[in-house]
Amino acid sequence: MSINEIQDNIIEEFEQFDDWMDKYALLIDLGNSLEPLEDKDKTPQNIIEGCQSRVWLNAEYNNGIITYQGESDAILVKGIVSLLIQVMSNHTPDEILNTELYFIDKIGLKEHLSPTRSNGLVAMVKQMKMYALAFKSKGN
Amino acid sequence: MDKITIEKIRSEFPILNEKIYDKPLIYFDNGATTQKPQCVLDRIIYGYEHLNANIHRGVHFLSQRATEAHENARKTVGDFLGTDKREEIIFTRGTTEAINLVAFSFGEAFCNEGDEIVVSVMEHHSNIVPWQMLCERKKMTLRVIPMNEKGELDMDIYKSLLNERTRIVSVTHVSNVLGTINPVKQIIEIAHAQNIPVLIDGAQAVPHIAVDVKELDVDFYVFSGHKIYAPTGIGALYGKEKWLNAIPPYQGGGEMIATVRFEKTTYNELPFKFEAGTPDYIGSTALAEAVRYVQEIGIENIAAYEHELTVYATKRIQEIENVRIIGQADEKSAVVSFLVGEIHPYDIGMLLDRLGIAVRTGHHCAQPLIDSLGIPGTVRASFSLYNTKEEIDIFIEALKRVVMMLS
Repeated sequence: MSINEIQDNIIEEFEQFDDWMDKYALLIDLGNSLEPLEDKDKTPQNIIEGCQSRVWLNAEYNNGIITYQGESDAILVKGIVSLLIQVMSNHTPDEILNTELYFIDKIGLKEHLSPTRSNGLVAMVKQMKMYALAFKSKGN
Repeated sequence: MDKITIEKIRSEFPILNEKIYDKPLIYFDNGATTQKPQCVLDRIIYGYEHLNANIHRGVHFLSQRATEAHENARKTVGDFLGTDKREEIIFTRGTTEAINLVAFSFGEAFCNEGDEIVVSVMEHHSNIVPWQMLCERKKMTLRVIPMNEKGELDMDIYKSLLNERTRIVSVTHVSNVLGTINPVKQIIEIAHAQNIPVLIDGAQAVPHIAVDVKELDVDFYVFSGHKIYAPTGIGALYGKEKWLNAIPPYQGGGEMIATVRFEKTTYNELPFKFEAGTPDYIGSTALAEAVRYVQEIGIENIAAYEHELTVYATKRIQEIENVRIIGQADEKSAVVSFLVGEIHPYDIGMLLDRLGIAVRTGHHCAQPLIDSLGIPGTVRASFSLYNTKEEIDIFIEALKRVVMMLS
């Protein structure tokens, strides 16, 4: 599935809920079911410090494909980390670099991606693209 | 204060009519900033409509009027803090600037390599970083007063930290995270016994409890206007005249000079020596209005009512399973900081926000304190005179709902 197809699926999944409470409940479920990052990957290099919460992000590059793993100490943030991984993981560096992330806005969770919330998510998206850039130049 | 008084007070704060996600705003983030009553808002407009001219330098009528208003504001703030010397009140942008001023100027005059500064573990970053910068500049050491598990300063260790190298003690009056009211009079007496001056950070105290700088015999006392119903960008430093005369200016520019020659500039007298550039006379007059507003209601009445709210919230919040109140000092101001089980403060704050309730989450600009407690942060509800028990009831029900979602 392309990145945009995954984004559209997520939007559809969230659209079935009118009430924000249900959307948040889904986000919490997603956070709870995110595979925890192994302790060996919870390194200082992988941490993204927000003022409010912390995010860990790790990336691996095999056969031209990037996979991401991530976690957060806040469950709502973890839910969004889970969505971002769903969208971005298992794609090539070029696909990731050319992606415009529109699903967060569409599912009504854009406040979590506002720089003023300082929860580490904005930096995480940036970091995901940085990994893609690094792997791309390495691949070449 | 009775219900009718509170209703009247509430009607004076226009922002309390705001709807957040279609729900009435419940504003429990007063420790960060307070809302403004109509009289303060009117005063800002009045300032620009009737007394806007640069002060202290115009010969014309309007400039005289603006100067008079600014200097009257200084007197109002001085009276409120308990000094009758207007030159002991310096207007600053707020607490942060006031502490930076003292850290810089006092540091220049009195601090040398190997000297020590004493702060406490519960300081806001604004009462840590300026002193760290001074310590770096002058190769000095910062000493830290620890606290007990209730969130009260360890006075024995405090005493043991003072020595002949201690140049100044700088401690908060009220902790912005824990609500602890520190025994500042005692802290000052102990330091003075060794001729060490004391700065008290009054940002969280001035809106909630009566402060008298002469009775405290404090050397420097600082606060921010925006935490006491005044606009942002204005605050004050009280300093004993002898100290303010003994330390050099902080910033250079207009207003703070007596004569300027390329060979040598001489400085103006107090308080102007510390007010470089065009002062915020609109802010100062609005701050004076806020002070008058508080004085009319009576700081004792405010303190008593806020205490009632705090006790009520503390009692009701214990209905929540696994709740942990952070900061249980015997003497506490209008703050309830808490955690619920292993739930991250951010999650509680975000969900409460969706229910129209504004609380603060995180480390509250007091990272060393939060680290020392070994927690990721807290959720903080901080109250003001316009909050009500009904709001606390709604907050508790919302919190129960949120905790259920997150558990």
